[in-house]
Amino acid sequence: MKRETKRSGVFTRRALLFAGAQVAALGALSAKLYQVQIVDGTKYATLAKSNRISSRLIAPTRGRILDRFGTVVAGNKQHWRALLIAEETNSIDMTLDTFNRVVPLQDHERARIEHEVRRQRRFIPVLVRDFLTWEEMAAIEVNAPDLPGIIVDVGTTRLYPFGPNLAHVVGYVGPPNEHDVEQDQMLALPGMRVGRAGMEKHDDLSLRGKAGVVQLEVNAYGRVIREIDRQEGTPGQELGLTIDSTLQQQVIGHLADQSASAVVLDCTNGEVMAMATNPSFDPTLFDTGVSQAQWIEWTRDRLTPLINKAVAGVYPPGSTFKPAVAMAALESGALSLTDRINCPGYLDIGNTRFHCWKLGGHGLLDLHGGLKNSCDVFFYETARRAGIDPINLMAHRFGLGVPLPIELPDARVGLIPSKEWRERQGHPWEVGDTVVSGIGQGYVEVTPLQLATYVARVATGKLVQPHLTRALGGVLQPSQDPASWPSMGLPDKFLQAVRGGMWAVVNEPGGTAPLARLKLPGVTLAGKTGSAQVRRVSREAREHGHFNSADLPWEFRPHALFICFAPYEAPRYAVSVVVEHGNAGADVAGPIARDIMTDTLLRDPARRQEAPGQAVADAGNPS
Amino acid sequence: MIFERRLLRAEPSFGLTNKLWQISWLYVLLICALAGVGYVALYSAGGGPSLYATPDLLRFCFALLMMLCIAMIDIRFLARFSWPLYGLSMALLAAVLRFGHVGKGAERWLVIGGLQMQPSELMKIGLVLALASWFHKASWERMGNPLFLIPPVLAVLAPVALILKEPNLGTAAIVGMIGGAVFFAAGVRWWKIALVLAPIPLVAQFVYSHLHDYQRARIDTFLHPESDPLGAGYNIMQSKIALGSGGMWGQGFMHGSQAQLDFLPEKQTDFIFTVLAEQFGLVGSLAVIALLLLLVLGAMVIALRCRNQYGRLVAFGIATNFFLYVFVNLAMVMGAIPVGGVPLPLVSHGGSAMLMVMLGFGILMSVHVHRDVEFGEVREET
Repeated sequence: MKRETKRSGVFTRRALLFAGAQVAALGALSAKLYQVQIVDGTKYATLAKSNRISSRLIAPTRGRILDRFGTVVAGNKQHWRALLIAEETNSIDMTLDTFNRVVPLQDHERARIEHEVRRQRRFIPVLVRDFLTWEEMAAIEVNAPDLPGIIVDVGTTRLYPFGPNLAHVVGYVGPPNEHDVEQDQMLALPGMRVGRAGMEKHDDLSLRGKAGVVQLEVNAYGRVIREIDRQEGTPGQELGLTIDSTLQQQVIGHLADQSASAVVLDCTNGEVMAMATNPSFDPTLFDTGVSQAQWIEWTRDRLTPLINKAVAGVYPPGSTFKPAVAMAALESGALSLTDRINCPGYLDIGNTRFHCWKLGGHGLLDLHGGLKNSCDVFFYETARRAGIDPINLMAHRFGLGVPLPIELPDARVGLIPSKEWRERQGHPWEVGDTVVSGIGQGYVEVTPLQLATYVARVATGKLVQPHLTRALGGVLQPSQDPASWPSMGLPDKFLQAVRGGMWAVVNEPGGTAPLARLKLPGVTLAGKTGSAQVRRVSREAREHGHFNSADLPWEFRPHALFICFAPYEAPRYAVSVVVEHGNAGADVAGPIARDIMTDTLLRDPARRQEAPGQAVADAGNPS
Repeated sequence: MIFERRLLRAEPSFGLTNKLWQISWLYVLLICALAGVGYVALYSAGGGPSLYATPDLLRFCFALLMMLCIAMIDIRFLARFSWPLYGLSMALLAAVLRFGHVGKGAERWLVIGGLQMQPSELMKIGLVLALASWFHKASWERMGNPLFLIPPVLAVLAPVALILKEPNLGTAAIVGMIGGAVFFAAGVRWWKIALVLAPIPLVAQFVYSHLHDYQRARIDTFLHPESDPLGAGYNIMQSKIALGSGGMWGQGFMHGSQAQLDFLPEKQTDFIFTVLAEQFGLVGSLAVIALLLLLVLGAMVIALRCRNQYGRLVAFGIATNFFLYVFVNLAMVMGAIPVGGVPLPLVSHGGSAMLMVMLGFGILMSVHVHRDVEFGEVREET
């Protein structure tokens, strides 16, 4: 019994010790609780608040794009769409079956919906069908009781009132891809679009706007309990273009059904008044979804409807390059205004014979005559005397073969060859290369926009830069003032001589482009034709007189080009026209350029007299 | 008083009415109070009674009945099943390793007849009973013999090893601690216990250095939950936020923003205490802790008042088990120790845990009812 007492005594002591330790342990936890709940309480209470309130983004409205007079060229249109909220239906299958009877769903649509329902949380809406017609919307609403989980919602689509006529300039939008969403979380919002081409792409960030914020009370699963606060986002900025949409349509009309492009530039300030490319495409299709058949049709079409030929089409300039060659020779002293060159119909360099377009030749010509007749031999010789590098530098100064500050992302640079460029390719520069460059053939490649810029610079002697942006967010962009462009530093007499030669091309008897003469009283136009070969003409064909490029298959015919400015006495507008495989520049491109220039000059002449700032202010405030 | 009790002990068995009378109804009241706290917490966590609160209340009523039935069973009869229960627990532990379902983390479940159960929970009671039965038979002299201590040490290490293999470090540690506590209460000398405990930090160091990087990262996140608020530290952070936003008086019943808005992970199970703390503040939390402490100390009092070694050690072991539940759960919720799937007994949602706790309380009550019975005390060896 004594042992038993000892054992229970030890137990009692140790149990009491244990109980004491337990009291102490729970006491310590109570102290810790005091620390968390009272001492640090404020900190955690604040955290609790941020926990409860979640900030969500609201999609901003994409900014409209307007032409110079405030006409909408890219707007927003609302449309109906059907969404499915998975948690509001007991059977997604049954709901979709019923939906299918009301608005037929294709198998791939249904597969996509089911895939998204599985991937998303059940309270997040999944798009069932976009762009519902009024009838479909009404049918869904009528059957609403049998369509649990289906809601009809309003979405926005991009609207392009001028459709294909401005598609290449304005561009188009498309749904964001995963990479876009990584860059900007806002793009994950339903209905957000990303500019994929043209001005929509260039000014995407400005047009996109800033997302609004809505403060929501949410639980840890992200489920919204209620809305607490809402701050509407900033809609995208309105973009005012330099384009005159009416003129643009007229220009498109003049291009008719040919694969061609034309640019109308205001020489004084570099504003692109019209930039037309034919054929074109419907830009709204990219927003609503391009069918595979349509896509294949576009990409296989040899007339390349998706390419903006005005900035992304590169062509040998042909004879339109001659004024630049003349200017290079004049400035470098290789040619004087009084020099005469004999044209026997060909020029022999080594053992290669270079032909003039005119069999038998032009005889003795000065610069004026060389330009007026577009004599090839004159410019072979002029180029040979000047050398390729001064020609290269002068062409670059005129904006040919260099990047221009145009806002279009797909603009190409083209090429003006130089000795260094050729040697980088591992070949020596031959005199023959210089000679063919003198008539804008060989390696020379330029875009129609570069040609228009080049004419504008010849016409004004100033470093005019072409641009499409007139106002952004109602704020006029700088560099609208004609006086703001620096002079090119070319002697006036040289410029006058070249301009005079170009005037003669159209207006003097024997000029190459009498068809381009304006039929307006008191206004004349100065221009230059170009017929750029895409294939070398064989000597036999030429000598036997069998050669007629109109007999060639379409893709081997020369491109027809025409560049011009008007009025000759006080240059205001520059126009360039390129008709792909259009044969002769004088017969095909010249009349088109004439018609375009006529429309441009007739377009609201009163407005032309306004101070530029005035006209700009009007366009900036379309409302 | 002692003499009066001896009268009771002299009787071979006393009547059911007497036994019912002997039940500590005050302690039963405390148990019911804790279950009431659980009802309130689960009502709030479920946004109403139907989700968690009512099912658990029904389960509690059943468990209470079971507890009272167990309390009627003679402790001497129960004692005979100590080792068989231990053996059953070991068999189930082995089975769970082979056939068990891996739940969240590393907890392993066995599904028996549609009932989920964790064999390690049963092992806690089985181990207490087995050790108590071993030490009950031991004379003071035999207690001093190190060889006599080897079988019970093995009886502790075997389940600990199996649970470690699950792997469930937390539960293994708790089972080890329960075993150690019974050794301590049985009167094993301090230095012997120290000898066994001493290598533990070294072993822990060794284990840590041999862990995979991801396992170490988990421990590091436990130590600094703020460093990873969206990952593993989320639970602890959200739990602390809930506690902190409770303040002194709390946000009021059904007004806890953390719990009501589902920020709290597993709020109806392991983190149920935060639901209470958020809504009833420090005052409410301390009241709950006080109630839990009363239950622990009440079990200790029952142990101290028991007249036989078996009952004493069983009651002590059950008290320790309950205390460890409470302590580990609260410390975990406050971010003081790593999160480890330990519910708050009778408050957290879940049937099988409640059943095990009530089984323990039933045995505790049986100890109390039979505190004075004649129970083959060991005679001194000659």
